[in-house]
Amino acid sequence: MKFTNQSKAGLLFALPWLIGFSVFLLYPLLRAFYNSFTEYTVLTPAVWIGTENYHALMKDKVFWQSLGNTFYYAIFAVPLSTIVAIGLALLLNTKVKGQAFYRTFFFLPALVPAVPMAILWLWLFNGEKGIVNYGIQVLNDHNWLFQVPKPNWLGDKTVAKNVLVIMSTWTVGHAMVIYLAGLQQVPLALYEAADLDGASPIRKTFKITLPMLSPVIMFNVIMSIITSFQIFTQPYIMFPGGAPERSTYFYSMYIYDAAFRDNNMGYASAMGWIMFLIIFILTFFARKYMDKKVHYEAN
Amino acid sequence: MNWARFASVIPIAAIIWAVFAGEAVVKKTPRTDGRIVVTYWEKWGDFEADAMRAVVDDFNKSQDRIFVDFQSVTNIGQKAMLATSGGIPPDVAGLFGPNVAQYAYNNAVIPLDEFAQEAGIKREDYITQYYDICTYRGKLWALPSCPASTALHYNRKMLADAGWDPDNPPKTIEELTRLDEMVFKKDGDTIKKMGFLPTDPGWWPWAWSGVFGGKLWDGESKITMTTPENIEAFTWMGSFAKRYGSATVQSFQQGFGTFKSPQNAFMDNKTATVLQGVWMANFIEKFNPDLDWGAVAFPYPEDHPELANSTIIDLDILVIPRGAKHPKEAFEFIKYVQTQAAMEKLCTGQKKQSPLAHVSESFIKNHPNPFVELFQDLASSPTAYSTPKTPIWPQWADEIKSATEVINGKKEAEENQGSVRAALQAVQDRMQPKLDNVIRRERALGIYREKGSVAN
Repeated sequence: MKFTNQSKAGLLFALPWLIGFSVFLLYPLLRAFYNSFTEYTVLTPAVWIGTENYHALMKDKVFWQSLGNTFYYAIFAVPLSTIVAIGLALLLNTKVKGQAFYRTFFFLPALVPAVPMAILWLWLFNGEKGIVNYGIQVLNDHNWLFQVPKPNWLGDKTVAKNVLVIMSTWTVGHAMVIYLAGLQQVPLALYEAADLDGASPIRKTFKITLPMLSPVIMFNVIMSIITSFQIFTQPYIMFPGGAPERSTYFYSMYIYDAAFRDNNMGYASAMGWIMFLIIFILTFFARKYMDKKVHYEAN
Repeated sequence: MNWARFASVIPIAAIIWAVFAGEAVVKKTPRTDGRIVVTYWEKWGDFEADAMRAVVDDFNKSQDRIFVDFQSVTNIGQKAMLATSGGIPPDVAGLFGPNVAQYAYNNAVIPLDEFAQEAGIKREDYITQYYDICTYRGKLWALPSCPASTALHYNRKMLADAGWDPDNPPKTIEELTRLDEMVFKKDGDTIKKMGFLPTDPGWWPWAWSGVFGGKLWDGESKITMTTPENIEAFTWMGSFAKRYGSATVQSFQQGFGTFKSPQNAFMDNKTATVLQGVWMANFIEKFNPDLDWGAVAFPYPEDHPELANSTIIDLDILVIPRGAKHPKEAFEFIKYVQTQAAMEKLCTGQKKQSPLAHVSESFIKNHPNPFVELFQDLASSPTAYSTPKTPIWPQWADEIKSATEVINGKKEAEENQGSVRAALQAVQDRMQPKLDNVIRRERALGIYREKGSVAN
């Protein structure tokens, strides 16, 4: 292959990224793959043990439990946060007074770092003094429709995971901005044509806006699947050790514990690769399925 | 030069600066007086760090060959391990007692037997329980810094209010349970006060075993989670959640503030008694100085008076990581800390007892903790216990914590013992293979010593 001056310049500009990618991503990725076939405690040389780590994982109850918890979270958090993000974007796209203010306002939560946010939610959902249960109490005191139960959000193993699902809607800011940008791309001519035909706003949303937005939706859903499967910071801070009874013990937490609590890098690497495959497969099918549905603006 | 070109020069210049100047920032400038610099990472902050800093200063003044550079490092258990694996460890690291097995097993620290022998440091110089925390599989890997032991702390006013003689705090487990029932107060669905709550602060979910004379393992190779003593201990632990309803107790506990705050349950008059360590006095002084409190040995089961004076003993330790540049000089410093004068200065500053077998009269007399003698005595009690010395302990402890959540979460009171046994059996089944694996590896590496071949 002959390098033209132009491709040389291109390579040169891409070089910082290429170096970063190779050193911080490609090498660790390949090394982790090798490590997953070894017993490796960092300070002693890795010992090749074949597929033993993978066999052990298949028999590991905590592995399956953490995987189940992670799937539960993703199954509920991905659609919920997608709907909330699109909904907000649609609302913020309407021409109202103070539009710029609202856009900033709804994006703000996405700027709060994960740790203080987790601690804040910890207090909101506190079973004894939390504002969430206080709100429910106020409703109940006014005999509003029916008595709403006040769950022990953080202590009850059947509800704790849902706290995190609810929290996932709090950080939809980034996705929302991308949807908003997508909405601006929808050609006005389509709406004008629909208006002439007398289409209702709801019909316009479902027949024009969402189809035109579908490439953006696909991108966001895939990103959302990837981040959901990697959920770590919030549960790690809010539910130490996955309490209660490991109901909030997620896959990444187990990887972290295996690597840095148990110094079992081989096991952790094997788990990392399984997660990689899961996300890869899910993304692959998401693309395959959605590609058929996605409407790209025709050339 | 146009602006665009000028702007593109800035990042390049920044990188060049970072490469060259950065090295100067990271690289330690050698001391001009030619002293050898011993870097020392320690977990402490605040007054605890100040106490050690004073000892370090004394050491630096006492001679002119070695200079100890004291640095406070957070999350030291992991950072020291990673720095060691990266080949840039500190010369001395201040770790926690349970780290010994983990670090020794992972080849992250160097044995100190020869150094100690040369320096004339012997097991008998210490309260032996503390010295033994520093050993693993027959070798010495660490030496003590600050020790701790635990006792039942009680709120005299809450005891009196409930009709319990505050000069006669509970001596047996049965009395403690009765006290809890007397203090217990509920308003509607909400608990207001409890006499004792085993899950607060919940730092030692495994410790009830020791109170009931149980053993978590045989000290070598067999985990023994489901012995009758352990089942009895964890059944008692779970009885509090059962008595008042597990959800009710959970919400009560969620109303507590963090440990280091005036909303700490004990300092906030929510629990009348609490199992806490020698450090508790510092926090009471800081967050609720008006609290009228006392401390006694943790209660024992009524029918087992021989189990009286049980305590959890814990120890902060000094180790020399493998790959340290100046191990000899590092040990010089560690040796200095082991002298009675330095140790008493350190432990007084941290308001803890001493790990040494001999303490001066003035140490006890001038100590800021009014109950220091109790903690000092408890540490040498034959019923004192500490965490199992095995590298899998962090994981094992987490498993026990999960098991206690299962036990406390169970609603059916009838099948009490059965469910406790099942929860402990789950820990047993999960951890025994891991211990077997550790021993297999230790045999291969030649670390493992058969039972009886070594003193401890």
